[in-house]
Amino acid sequence: MVGLEHYLAVAAALFVIGIFGIFLNRKNVIVILMSIELMLLAVNINFVAFSAHMGDLVGQVFTMFVLTVAAAEAAIGLAILVCFFRTRGTIAVEDINVMKG
Amino acid sequence: MTVADLAFYFFAIVAVVAALLVVVARNPVHSVLWLILTFLSAAGMFVLMGAEFVAMLLVIVYVGAVAVLFLFVVMMLDVDFAELRAGMAKYVPIAGLIGVVILMQLTMVFGSWHMADGAEAARAAVTPDAAEVHNTKALGQLIYDQYIYLFQAAGLILLVAMIGAIVLTLRHRTYVKRQDVLAQMYRDPASALELKDIKPGQGL
Repeated sequence: MVGLEHYLAVAAALFVIGIFGIFLNRKNVIVILMSIELMLLAVNINFVAFSAHMGDLVGQVFTMFVLTVAAAEAAIGLAILVCFFRTRGTIAVEDINVMKG
Repeated sequence: MTVADLAFYFFAIVAVVAALLVVVARNPVHSVLWLILTFLSAAGMFVLMGAEFVAMLLVIVYVGAVAVLFLFVVMMLDVDFAELRAGMAKYVPIAGLIGVVILMQLTMVFGSWHMADGAEAARAAVTPDAAEVHNTKALGQLIYDQYIYLFQAAGLILLVAMIGAIVLTLRHRTYVKRQDVLAQMYRDPASALELKDIKPGQGL
């Protein structure tokens, strides 16, 4: 019987893959954004798994809010990316040092 | 092993493998397509857990909107992705090390966690029996009643994101001739037309 731990293991694997992807594709902002989406998906799986295990619907409500924030983040991130590409002609993360931060 | 268990293992393996391929794929377009597969298998797992509404939301929002947005951006930008991947082999050891460390930390948590005693009693909204109220209806009753302010705030976040994305990407090109509707509307014969009385034999 598949229990809570199985779902948590899948979520943990997805989260670690997300972090792995961020470090692996240090130059490519698009894949970094996709890795962040993977990590948010792992969080969502955790929320829904605990919601189903405990019989508490609030977990699923919060999954929707995480989904909302993830969608907004993707939209804004890609808009900034397009904007940056227009001015600099590249999307390499290492070149993003206009503000000397 | 029941059908549900087999389906879980199928979805889990597909999700993890597709997620790995997202981060190691050579072509970002392939990355986006693997991301879609990951989300679809996650939606399948959500259905197995009895969260149909969130599963359908995942399919609609991620596969329908976010993934297509990624595809648009990947295809619209004229970037040499091969050049961006050039130093990737250099980062494999450090990325693998950090991944393994975090995985170990998570396994240590797996080994020792237990549910708090009062957890069952502290539930904020007990899931009603699926035979009486189905998942979508139960979620709707919760969102539009107890969590209405949070729901409105989520809508506001989406509105701000939409306005922000439009403002960021909109550019006003000065060299393009545009239609000026107000100028067209306020044009009248008196200002648009001038009658000249030209005598015969004379030019203007």
